[in-house]
Amino acid sequence: METGERSVRLHLVLRDPSAGRDWLASGIAVVASMAITGVLILLADANPVTGFVIMFKAAFVGKIAITETLARAAPILLTGLAAIVALRVRFWNIGAEGQLLVGAMAAAFVGTIAQLPAMLLVPAMILAAMLAGGLAAAFPALLKNRFRVNEVVSTLMLNFIIANMVTALLSGPWRDPVSGWPDSPDILAGAEWPTYWRGTNLHLGVVLAVIAAVAVAVLLRRTTFGLMMDVVGDNPVAASHARIDVRRTVLISALLSGALAGLAGAGEVGGIQYQAMISISSGYGYAGLIVAMLARLSPLAAVPAAIFLASLMTGSDEMSRQLGVPSFLADAVQGIALLAVLIASQFARYRIVVYWGSRSSAR
Amino acid sequence: MRSIEPPLLDLSGITKRFGPVTANDNVDFQLRRGEIVGLLGENGAGKTTLMNIVFGLYRPDEGSIAIDGRAVDIRSTADAMSCGVGMVHQHAHVVGRHTVLENVIAGLPGRRGFQDRATAIRRLEEIRASCGLHLPQERLAEELAVGEKQRLDIIRALFRMTRVLILDEPTSVLTPEESAGLFDAIRALAKNGMGVVLISHKLDDVRAITDRVVVMRRGKVAASVDNNGRLSNSHLATLMCGHEPEKVARRASQKGDPRLRLTGLVLSDQRRPNHRAPPFDLSILSGEIVGVAGVSGNGQVGLAETIAGLRAAMAGTISIEEKVINMSNPRSFSRSGIAYIPEDRIGAGFAGRLTLAENAVISRFRSRPFSRYGLLDRRAIMNFAIGLIEQYDIRPPSPTTRMTMFSGGNQQKAIVAREIAFPLRVLVIAQPTRGLDIAATSFVHRQLMGLKDQGCAIVMISDDLEELFQLSDRLAVICDGTIVMEGTTELMTVAEVGLAMSGAWKPGNAA
Amino acid sequence: MSILDLILDAGFLAAAIRLTVPLLLGTMGEMICERSGVLNLGIEGMMLAGAFMGFVAAAATGSLWLAVFAAVLLGALLGFVMAILVVHLRIDQTAAGIGMTMTITGLVYFAYRLVFADNVVPHIESFKTIPIPLLSAIPFIGDALFNQYALTYLAYVLVPLLAVFLARTPSGLALRTVGENPLAAAGSGIDVIRTRTTALVVAGGLAALAGAYLNLAVFGSFTFGIISGRGWICLALVVLGRWNPVGCAAAALLFGGVDAFQLRMQTSGISQIPFSVFIALPYIATLIAMIFSSRRALAPENLMKPYDPEER
Repeated sequence: METGERSVRLHLVLRDPSAGRDWLASGIAVVASMAITGVLILLADANPVTGFVIMFKAAFVGKIAITETLARAAPILLTGLAAIVALRVRFWNIGAEGQLLVGAMAAAFVGTIAQLPAMLLVPAMILAAMLAGGLAAAFPALLKNRFRVNEVVSTLMLNFIIANMVTALLSGPWRDPVSGWPDSPDILAGAEWPTYWRGTNLHLGVVLAVIAAVAVAVLLRRTTFGLMMDVVGDNPVAASHARIDVRRTVLISALLSGALAGLAGAGEVGGIQYQAMISISSGYGYAGLIVAMLARLSPLAAVPAAIFLASLMTGSDEMSRQLGVPSFLADAVQGIALLAVLIASQFARYRIVVYWGSRSSAR
Repeated sequence: MRSIEPPLLDLSGITKRFGPVTANDNVDFQLRRGEIVGLLGENGAGKTTLMNIVFGLYRPDEGSIAIDGRAVDIRSTADAMSCGVGMVHQHAHVVGRHTVLENVIAGLPGRRGFQDRATAIRRLEEIRASCGLHLPQERLAEELAVGEKQRLDIIRALFRMTRVLILDEPTSVLTPEESAGLFDAIRALAKNGMGVVLISHKLDDVRAITDRVVVMRRGKVAASVDNNGRLSNSHLATLMCGHEPEKVARRASQKGDPRLRLTGLVLSDQRRPNHRAPPFDLSILSGEIVGVAGVSGNGQVGLAETIAGLRAAMAGTISIEEKVINMSNPRSFSRSGIAYIPEDRIGAGFAGRLTLAENAVISRFRSRPFSRYGLLDRRAIMNFAIGLIEQYDIRPPSPTTRMTMFSGGNQQKAIVAREIAFPLRVLVIAQPTRGLDIAATSFVHRQLMGLKDQGCAIVMISDDLEELFQLSDRLAVICDGTIVMEGTTELMTVAEVGLAMSGAWKPGNAA
Repeated sequence: MSILDLILDAGFLAAAIRLTVPLLLGTMGEMICERSGVLNLGIEGMMLAGAFMGFVAAAATGSLWLAVFAAVLLGALLGFVMAILVVHLRIDQTAAGIGMTMTITGLVYFAYRLVFADNVVPHIESFKTIPIPLLSAIPFIGDALFNQYALTYLAYVLVPLLAVFLARTPSGLALRTVGENPLAAAGSGIDVIRTRTTALVVAGGLAALAGAYLNLAVFGSFTFGIISGRGWICLALVVLGRWNPVGCAAAALLFGGVDAFQLRMQTSGISQIPFSVFIALPYIATLIAMIFSSRRALAPENLMKPYDPEER
């Protein structure tokens, strides 16, 4: 006697790990997000092909375009590295947005106040930013270590708290007396970061971001700390049995993560805006998470991933200007890219069999 | 007298594959009403897989199941239960924070939208009357002792009009006394017509209670023999592994000076932070194996972790060769030459997504020769791993393969190998052969004997009394977080040890 | 006027209750799915989706209840998508949740710009309060508690309903068992996957309802910042409320009060502190609450661990 209840079950069978299949998954995710981009452009009553052409041109064609994309990719790469470093120890640092902001404020502070010779001013800004960002990330790590506070919630809350505190500062005690807008005074001329191509925004931050990517790659692959991070991230119980101090490893990783995000903030202040403002980040912090996932936590792969996201942002801005497609397209596609890479990775890691069955009983 | 009614449970041609491994290969199995059948086989023989199929946890690739002569299609545990199959696993699956009653009635439809507690209480009384199994219904499951949790699992199975009861390694967590109680209950149930399958690798238990014994080997049924009182353990063991098993025996060794000394040690209990167990002393000579017996959950993990330096004791000292070790620094323990192989090797022994090579040096990569000035020496790591692979025949012989891709047996081999590859003064090893087949068990026992010959002091914690009596020079019993009994193995009896394990032993005149 | 005057005002209590409801609805939903063992980080996005759908449907049909229904339906659908990701495909719950929220947020903002591009944002008639005959006449608290929106009364009823559901019904017991020990649940014949999927669908529906409520009852219109982290705060409230309905309701009430307080302080001119600081108050309070309640928190034993039916 069949009860006739239908049920669908997915059966996941672990496959042999294959790097090729993993990268294919990332590739599929990128393609899928492009497809969705096309659909969204259509929904906006515009021609997808035209849209893609505009996006491509705006991102890659011409001196201004390519340098804009690179300049945008720099902070995204840095927050991506921040996310990678944190995720290696399974510390969900969603607070890169706030850490970037804190770093920007610190850099702007040093840049407007410090009476240092020009040669020291820029390094001082960088140091201050990394310190501030690092502390902003270390705080939630401490909360996790000592009080078991879920870091997703604490870092998110800090994003809001920091944003509001910064607004309060910039609208009040630290408002720019010259412009009257809620942003900081301009940084000193000596604090402006060097640029490398006249007439463009290709600033020191871009170079630093690439150097950081290489540095993080070396850290993860070749140092004992990097291996410690991997062990802690994969199995903290095994790590403590191997007498690794799990909490200390997480704390140091968080510090590093925040420092990278802070550096992104410094770059925006020193290389682009020359002052701190509440809108200094257009979601670079969250974009960093996407970069980390697309790059499968590999620092070197984060470079093309960051360029991809930056081109998406630049392109959609231009598309918004020319075709009227809302620039929130970039935000939507970002999220979709993340979901796509998550789904594709599952298919890469497991062979997925669908059981379509009905329950039966016999009495 | 053969009855002509169809068997209660009839499995025919059951085949189940997990990737390249064939866990069950064309298996036929029958169970009659009122019959107690022992399902015997070493680890990996396929007996648990077979019963998991009957219980709906796995689906067979081929074959059919019939209950009372009618073919059934079991696709889930709910299906199995509605066909009258109940299964009790080796480690009871209970919800600690729920009461006994809630654990028993979970999943049952209630009455008019609410939980039907009244009927449940009545049914519990019926079960008590029929086989003597009983538990206070408002007790929280997490407060139950291990044997009681198992009883809860059984009561839960009986609750659901079970006609076929499958017990998976039930006696591995019980004292000898509790095992006897369990067997009484099983006999009562069988007399009432229930069919019982007892999965076990404990030959004495199987011979004590079963009507018939089915032996599985490498996924196939190797033999089905009636338990007519003339079966011997060695006969069964031979059936289980196809040849006369090699038994590693205890031998007297050159016992040296005291190597490890625990003085006035008070173990801390993570579940009861304010509980202060009585202090105890224990000293172990070099070249000596001290076995620690005890019912699971009496502080074995605490003892192991404290000696290994992963957990601080509440009071007392630990010294190696008369030098006290600083308990607040885990690395001082490893520097003193103490190695630890935990009982949960799969969960706590390695990082699955890292390679075999990286796992081989998991506790040593922060110092020479595997790293220098903070940078890893990957070549040294690789060479070390290759050496381990060759010496201990780890398969597949690839140091760059991820740990999760190795079979359970090879994972355990790798973990044991990496700990004993360096000169050891003290080895703490918990449940050394859990989950291992006979060949791997012999391997581990041989390694332990080899270490003993080299003068290592070994603390061996095990649920398996047979193994403890077989290998240890001295035996200690842990109960409720402290050592309650200790002496030379040759002078102790199983009965004494069993009593001590259940907390009923009084020291008397023993020193 | 001092701070005390501000709080001991009947209007303040009414505002606090108003602002408690979305937190309560979201927290109840999150509590349900967490007790089945799943963390729903998509809650922030689902709230936003509910707010947006409620707005669009109200503007399009003119019927508020239809708008609420549409919002809940959308939320339930999103909850189902989440279930496919984390229960069926066994994707990491944190990553999937963040991905869902980012995607939904981006899509909602995109859709908003598309639908209401250059046009003036339509005005919708928001819910009116409905006084309960006798009870609303009680001095001081009567007006605050019993002259509220219909949805508020729904929230009142939801709490005891869920309490009874969890403690005394078979489905409630099954849900709790799944969250504590899925293997025990499977051994009792409970369908773990179906239970968790249902829990997520319910959580999504309640989150969307919370968002729609914010839109259609409290604020009367849709803005990009309408949710502003309330979804994330619900995550903390579940911990603070110890995963039980009454505790979570109390936690929500506390934070509704904080929300009402900061809104009033912004406009009261009592102090010289810039209003941004007050906006930050709920987030600071959340952080502090997490610090004090997380250490001894007894989460459902199997929260966040994916369920593999054929684990060997």
